[in-house]
Amino acid sequence: MNGPLLRVDDLHVRFPVSGAGLLGSGRRMLHAVNGVSFELAKGECLSIVGESGCGKSTTALSIVGLQEPTEGTIRYRDQLLTGPDAPSRLQRAKAVQIVFQDPYASLNPRQSIHTSLAAPLRLHGVTSASEISDRVEVMLNSVGLTPDQAKRYPHEFSGGQRQRIGIARALILEPEVVVLDEPVSALDVSIRAQIINLLLDLQEKFSLSYLMISHDLSVVEHMSDRVLVMYFGQIVEEGGWQHIFEAPAHPYTRRLIAAIPKPDFSSDEMAQKTDPTPGLPSGRGFVSDGSNAPDVFVAPAPSELVEVAPGHRVRLGLAD
Amino acid sequence: MTEALLDVRDLRLGVVQKRATLHAILKGVSFQILPGEAYGLVGESGSGKSVTSLAIMGLLGKPLSVTGGALLFKGQNLLDLSKREMRRLRGNRIAMIFQEPMTALNPLATVGRQIAEMYMLHQGKGRQEAQELAIEALASVRVPNPDRRAKDYPHQMSGGLRQRVMIAMALACDPDLLIADEPTTALDVTVQAEVLRLIKDLCAERGTAVLFISHDLGVIASICQRVGVMYAGCLVEENETKALFQDPRHEYTRGLLGALPQLGSRSQNGRRRLVDIDSIIADRSKLTETSFIVPRRPQGGQA
Repeated sequence: MNGPLLRVDDLHVRFPVSGAGLLGSGRRMLHAVNGVSFELAKGECLSIVGESGCGKSTTALSIVGLQEPTEGTIRYRDQLLTGPDAPSRLQRAKAVQIVFQDPYASLNPRQSIHTSLAAPLRLHGVTSASEISDRVEVMLNSVGLTPDQAKRYPHEFSGGQRQRIGIARALILEPEVVVLDEPVSALDVSIRAQIINLLLDLQEKFSLSYLMISHDLSVVEHMSDRVLVMYFGQIVEEGGWQHIFEAPAHPYTRRLIAAIPKPDFSSDEMAQKTDPTPGLPSGRGFVSDGSNAPDVFVAPAPSELVEVAPGHRVRLGLAD
Repeated sequence: MTEALLDVRDLRLGVVQKRATLHAILKGVSFQILPGEAYGLVGESGSGKSVTSLAIMGLLGKPLSVTGGALLFKGQNLLDLSKREMRRLRGNRIAMIFQEPMTALNPLATVGRQIAEMYMLHQGKGRQEAQELAIEALASVRVPNPDRRAKDYPHQMSGGLRQRVMIAMALACDPDLLIADEPTTALDVTVQAEVLRLIKDLCAERGTAVLFISHDLGVIASICQRVGVMYAGCLVEENETKALFQDPRHEYTRGLLGALPQLGSRSQNGRRRLVDIDSIIADRSKLTETSFIVPRRPQGGQA
């Protein structure tokens, strides 16, 4: 392994909050992403989990280039994707692509599937009509659609088929990194299984690296190699899927896992689990996450990520 | 044996035009809900679970119409009631909560007023008393600062709070049956867990029966005692929740369970491939099996 494919260092994204705050006027900033750093290796599936508003989608959009980071760097194969010398969106499109949650909203309703899939190829200098047709055909086959469907329009497809088209469009430029933003949450249960299977097959076939954004932890456990848990713009826990699901250390991670309604009839033992994680440095505690107040969040106090096992890091409060 | 609170008998409904059924949507659905029981209906989009609940509420709109069967609520056929009688029952004895509380609440009225309306309409309370009862109702669904929150408009509340308001409204008149149609689908996981717990606790406390509709088997399992699985307008399997999950008999139920990635099911040496239900459906022979409706255990036995 020669270095990570994608490297994010101390990423910050702030948004100005318009209008007056509770205490009168003044321009307040919302710190959507607050110092996020991680690496994505070749062929790996890394998931970012967390609830609405935790900053997971903003992080993903920064990586695709749809959101300008306020601070921090993003590197792809040692090439900076941020800053003044950053490549254009067109250039970075060959490396990083995205599959959106709602495939219907992300496909142009007035373009046939062929036109939608051919557009990125044309933009990247493929001009021969026969080569374009060939590549569209191959791509449609790999996502489980038939080439004759290329003439149709998005409304003629079911939700699952549309998501297949969304995946085909993301993969047609042969990117190495694919950001999956809630790829299955808009789909029905049975279709969800098909798309998950397809994504895993494609990952193996093209040795893709996935950065998946999801709030559905059962899907995350099924697909990921590593998991980042985000809360309030920060990573609170990071580790292999076994670390996160079998030995979650941070109270927020435990709360997230306990919140999933499970058909296995065990009680909420995960939330009550209080045994300290082995390797937790003495004298350091978790920062309160405001979990006692329903629907109200409290921003966490200063803290840092501490390694508790190889590859397993947890956010702890600063030592006094 | 206790008499069923709601007895759905061979319910059929479809798209009806000029007295001719153009398209059958429910093809004879039968199930019973006992007083105080939580019954779940699971199925994919289009399986007919939501129209079943709308039929019970008498809220089917054109061109949908009931074409056969009976809906016995406390022994009375809901299909025979006049619109006026149905209105008196709806919201009072049978209440409903919907998936998206923002579209179900009136954006132009404070939530306190909307809850108070329930007491004024169904119990003939005066404005002042109804307002106080509304604040109590908000407190019962664990809304912090209920007296202040009662003055809020729906858009000032989070999704979780709005759904709590819906629950307060639905339970205001102590209905016998609460129909919950995907009430937590639009919510975050931790908020979903709180709302589910709230529905479960409040209904157990008041002895309210629940018809819970969801596509999420996990949600159903965490709240219902019995489950019916719907597929293409038919109830294909019904059993006690635990038995259904541990020993699904119908091919479709097995497919539905296998299609879900389940937490804790991944092992160190690889993942299980998820079941593709379409391949089961494509194999029609498997689905022509008769449905598996397991009779309820006699009362008195350890349920």
